Amino acid sequence: MTDLHFPWLEISILIPLLGAVVVGRRRDPLQARQWSVLISGLALIGTLGTWSDFGLLHAREADDAWHLLSSLSGREVLVIDQLSAPLLPLTALLYFLTNLTTLRTKIRRFSFSWTLFSEAITLATLSCKEPWLVIALLSLGTIPPFFELRSRGKSTRVFSLHMGLFIGLMVLGWSFVESEGTRTHSLLAIVPLLAAVCLRSGMFPAHIWMTDLFENATFGTALLFTVPIAGAYAAIRLVLPIAPDGVLRWIGVISLLTAVYTSGMALIQKEARRFFCFLFLSHSALVLAGLELVTPISLTGALCVWLSVGLSLGGFGLTLRALEARRGRLGLMEFQGLYDHTPTLAVCFVLTGLASVGFPGTVGFVGTELLVDGAVEQSPTFGFAVVLAAALNSIAIVQAYFRLFTGRVHTSSVDLGILPRERFAVFTLAALVLLGGFYPSFGVVSRHHAAEDLLEHRQVSDEKPDHDSNSGEPGGVSPRTEQPTNQPTNPEESWG
Amino acid sequence: MFDHELILRVLGLTVVGAPAALFGVLGLSSLRGKPLNERAIVTCVQSAIFAGLLASIAILAMMLSLGTRHVPIPLGHWVSIPHYHFVFKFEFDRLSVPFVILTFLLCGTIGAFCNRYMHRERGFNRFFVFYSLFVLGMIVTSLAGTIETLFTGWELVGLSSALLVAFYHERRSPVQNGLRVWSVYRLSDAALLLASIVLHHLTGEGDFDKLVSVGTWPEGAALLTESQCLLVGLLLLLAAMGKSAMVPFSGWLPRAMEGPTPSSAVFYGALSVHLGAFLLLRVSPILDASPVLCVAIVVLGLVTAAFATMAGRVQTDIKGVLSFASLTQVAIITAEIGCGLRYLALIHILGHACLRTLQFLRAPSLLRDYHMLENAIGDRLPDLKTPFDRRSPARWGDWLYRLSLERGYFDSLLSDFVVRPFVALFEWCDGIERRWTELVAGGSSRPADQTDPSQTPLEDLQ
Repeated sequence: MTDLHFPWLEISILIPLLGAVVVGRRRDPLQARQWSVLISGLALIGTLGTWSDFGLLHAREADDAWHLLSSLSGREVLVIDQLSAPLLPLTALLYFLTNLTTLRTKIRRFSFSWTLFSEAITLATLSCKEPWLVIALLSLGTIPPFFELRSRGKSTRVFSLHMGLFIGLMVLGWSFVESEGTRTHSLLAIVPLLAAVCLRSGMFPAHIWMTDLFENATFGTALLFTVPIAGAYAAIRLVLPIAPDGVLRWIGVISLLTAVYTSGMALIQKEARRFFCFLFLSHSALVLAGLELVTPISLTGALCVWLSVGLSLGGFGLTLRALEARRGRLGLMEFQGLYDHTPTLAVCFVLTGLASVGFPGTVGFVGTELLVDGAVEQSPTFGFAVVLAAALNSIAIVQAYFRLFTGRVHTSSVDLGILPRERFAVFTLAALVLLGGFYPSFGVVSRHHAAEDLLEHRQVSDEKPDHDSNSGEPGGVSPRTEQPTNQPTNPEESWG
Repeated sequence: MFDHELILRVLGLTVVGAPAALFGVLGLSSLRGKPLNERAIVTCVQSAIFAGLLASIAILAMMLSLGTRHVPIPLGHWVSIPHYHFVFKFEFDRLSVPFVILTFLLCGTIGAFCNRYMHRERGFNRFFVFYSLFVLGMIVTSLAGTIETLFTGWELVGLSSALLVAFYHERRSPVQNGLRVWSVYRLSDAALLLASIVLHHLTGEGDFDKLVSVGTWPEGAALLTESQCLLVGLLLLLAAMGKSAMVPFSGWLPRAMEGPTPSSAVFYGALSVHLGAFLLLRVSPILDASPVLCVAIVVLGLVTAAFATMAGRVQTDIKGVLSFASLTQVAIITAEIGCGLRYLALIHILGHACLRTLQFLRAPSLLRDYHMLENAIGDRLPDLKTPFDRRSPARWGDWLYRLSLERGYFDSLLSDFVVRPFVALFEWCDGIERRWTELVAGGSSRPADQTDPSQTPLEDLQ
């Protein structure tokens, strides 16, 4: 395997991990914030270094230089590939901006040390391909929100029940996969893994843990736990290589139903956090749907939307969080009229919100088109579901914009204007959202390569010699062996 | 001696680039929190519109002198991966050039008018940001050579429309109406997006050139089969219906009058409302290939025209009257397109847009104009009745009056049979979710609902 020129991955993970310890010892929350901004900024630089170094190598995947962890563990632990290369800086950017825009009103409730710990775990998860290690890291990632809920005196039952089930199902599923030891896996192995992915991604009806988390945890923690879409990563690393098309397609149907259902739910929510939660659920369901349709176009679309959702909904969530820091929990039943106080946040709200639904000129446009294209390729009904979900989401976003920023004149005795560091965050996000919209080729082509690699991995796995000998097992299901169904369809056959 | 192609390309890019630069300048200065002053904004607007107008007239002159009927300006593949191409391309032809010149002329007029009309208005800068977005959207839509390009412009027009309807956003009513307009637009945009995807699948690209075998607009025959044309055409018709407020989506049109009068003039009297008709003209080879589609378009046009003329007669405010008068003409234009009268429809659009802009801009002075006329004739203005008014029986008259006053009950029907059941269903689901969460959590699941943010000091907030 090709090596990076520097141990970027290990450094990027080690910085926030050590930083969590350093920040945890700070008594003064202001100092803790300063340290965490610095540390997450360094981690961001590290991940950007990883990405650019990987780009220079023109390799499919690469290991860290000097093999520090590999020599300790005896196998390749941290690996960067086409899929994870842009996800790492995106995740680091979200953590950095969240730390940066945490205002004084929040710093006593928002744990910076747990946040840095969580950043290290998330970056490690995204740099890992080993199934058991992915399972361990995904499990470890559930600890910070759990402790935060407990420290805030909130009920942890909903969260711990769902996450416990998620971990249990992953362990169960992969134990079966290993015990079967062949390329043909029974439903006994695949179904628990799929259920785990659905749980972590918040697929209907297993999504209540996410609304509960947004309700009871700090907005920052809930945002950072959900927006990197760890469920989709679990699906790619654990399920996609082994699950047959038929099973995946059923999950795709469930994901599409979830996307439409949650977009409808977003429209009727009366509180901003729950609105955001449903909006996010709808988008993550679309990502999962694209992954499970398993064609190059749908996969490319899903991976593009994954990036655009991370960027746009991350920014959207940070905007809501900034508003919350000024006004407290935001109701959507009454008009708030905040535009005159925070016009820049209003612009950021609309820009990031519309980017998430694939508005032209923004980062989500081409990805959404590809996703619809891939869905229509499978079935026109699927395409209609994606378009319907996007339309409902966009209505919900503009409705929320009108409720929060317009409808009356808000008078305030304190200045609610935007701070310089918030303006920096807004500019960064706006620039990335627009840059991705005006120059989509770079992102889409790299996602297409990642999609090809994922599909190839499925095919290579299928061609293993022991495949044929086991394909006839009773109760067993065989992974796909045919070519991906991205060939241009005959118009006469499809639509005529 | 001269490289005509290069000159045409530079001019073409100027036509698109001028409004894009205008939006960029106004948008970025707003995002920085340091909007330009009124004088600078007006200068920018005038320069951009003038540059765009001059360039488009120059292109027309060159096309006439060179005898060229089709000038494509491709911007290359924005995305190119196996089995998927995303192409941005602009086309100057007999349909787009008149539409672009009309857009610049009317937007220039409105810009000059707004210079005084919006003077010292609190949202002066915001108005011109939306205005520039609208101009950009209109130009991109008019010149679109691929359905993706058209979709881009189409969406920009939709967003700027909704935001301008809600321009006076300190009040609830404009905001609610803006949301209504946005909702209808988005649902019809969904149809356009689906049409775009279907077209991609059928032709491999979204290029309008690939739709026709030979010839430039309005000649050429569609390369798709009749059933394919019907499918794509119906989706496009749905998109056009939403954008042009045709039956049953007419309810948003009078609501859109909440915006500033100049924006109402240019959007719902002149340009935006004609976009549906423009779309149908652009894909006219598809219409020619499907007689069923043509009949559907003619029927839709006639029904909308009948409805709009009735609704317009009972409106009690001048902008409402004008909006329905505008819709009547748009519906007739649509019927003309369905009948295959392409040039007539194009000329009708151009003439109607200019007349209606003038009427909308004069609307605030209506009473003064009436008084002038009455003073001139020395009597009240006569109450003119049409032959239809005189011959319709009284019992029908009352019924028709009520139907017209309620705008065909379209809004009520949509509210009663679409919006309310939708909201009721999802609120029921929300209730179920809430109970289920409380069962699992063993306590209250939504403490935030009991919090009154306005009463909570900031330090106690989560």
